[in-house]
Amino acid sequence: MSATNTKTAFWRGARDALPFLAVVGPFALLFGVVATEAGLRVYETLAMSVVVVAGAAQFTALSLLADDAPTLIAIVAALAVNLRMAMYSAALVPWLGRAPFWQRALIAYCNVDQTYALSMARFERDPDWSVPARVAYFFGAAAPVFPTWYALTIVGALIGAQIPEWLALDFALPICFLAIIGPILRSVAHVAAAVTSVALTLLLAGLPYSLGLLVAALPAMAVGAAVETWVERRRVPA
Amino acid sequence: MSQATIWTVIVALGIGTYLIRLSFLGLIGDRPLPPVVLRLLRYTGVGVLPGLVAPLVVWPAATGGQPDAARILAALVALLVGLWRREALLAIVAGAVTLYGVLAVEYWLG
Repeated sequence: MSATNTKTAFWRGARDALPFLAVVGPFALLFGVVATEAGLRVYETLAMSVVVVAGAAQFTALSLLADDAPTLIAIVAALAVNLRMAMYSAALVPWLGRAPFWQRALIAYCNVDQTYALSMARFERDPDWSVPARVAYFFGAAAPVFPTWYALTIVGALIGAQIPEWLALDFALPICFLAIIGPILRSVAHVAAAVTSVALTLLLAGLPYSLGLLVAALPAMAVGAAVETWVERRRVPA
Repeated sequence: MSQATIWTVIVALGIGTYLIRLSFLGLIGDRPLPPVVLRLLRYTGVGVLPGLVAPLVVWPAATGGQPDAARILAALVALLVGLWRREALLAIVAGAVTLYGVLAVEYWLG
């Protein structure tokens, strides 16, 4: 499809985003449940989903707080999980960088895994779309995702308050994390980074204030980057 | 955790996350990131999340920090199903089924 108007682009985005609701919805629900379980009130849980809008980081912060880690550590670790979004932000610049600032400011709020992935795929497939059409597509993709995220967070929080102890929900959080980790282990480099992260945090478990996690993160990232470089060099004969 | 802690985290995490999302799009403009930085950023998720979850699996709080068969098995199943099917929801369901399955067997065996 060639150049398109903004209305068509918006609805195209909304339609493309629908399948993602099957992932976003249950995650929001789980976050609501786990947050209530960790001691947050319903409105605090909702506030976190509206203000932060980043599942993995929200789970990270919760988990560290529930573990009595210092507030600063919980914030820094959760922000570290979100650093990948700087990459999304940079990747969108060639496509959306010429939109007015107020639009880019709103795009930034809606710049999450789903909207980013959908938009990049679409913009690369239809490179001759105008900037307003791309902006419309991006917000179209956000339109079903964000209300679903908010609404199911509330539902989860309301359900969470009713769930009895024997359901072993203490383990919902680790299972959620592991379920996120499996699909992102896309290459040998990702696996190497993950193994480094696990080995170092377990070794450094004695460090105070849950500092081990942060101390382990940078070497783990460096190992991932180094293995990626190494694999590339082997593929290209020197 | 206190209300003040919760709100501090919500506000700080919200502002920080927003600034990360806005960074290049809003403030830094059309300058490409150095390749080394891009390469490191690719591994932020796998550099933090596995380390976060490992102690929760090995030393679960619910059993007073004792390693526990049901939880370790459920963790393995969730991880492997996620790796195999590349589908987080399926992995959650598989992990939960394993957890409750093993807990039920343990209960039944007394």
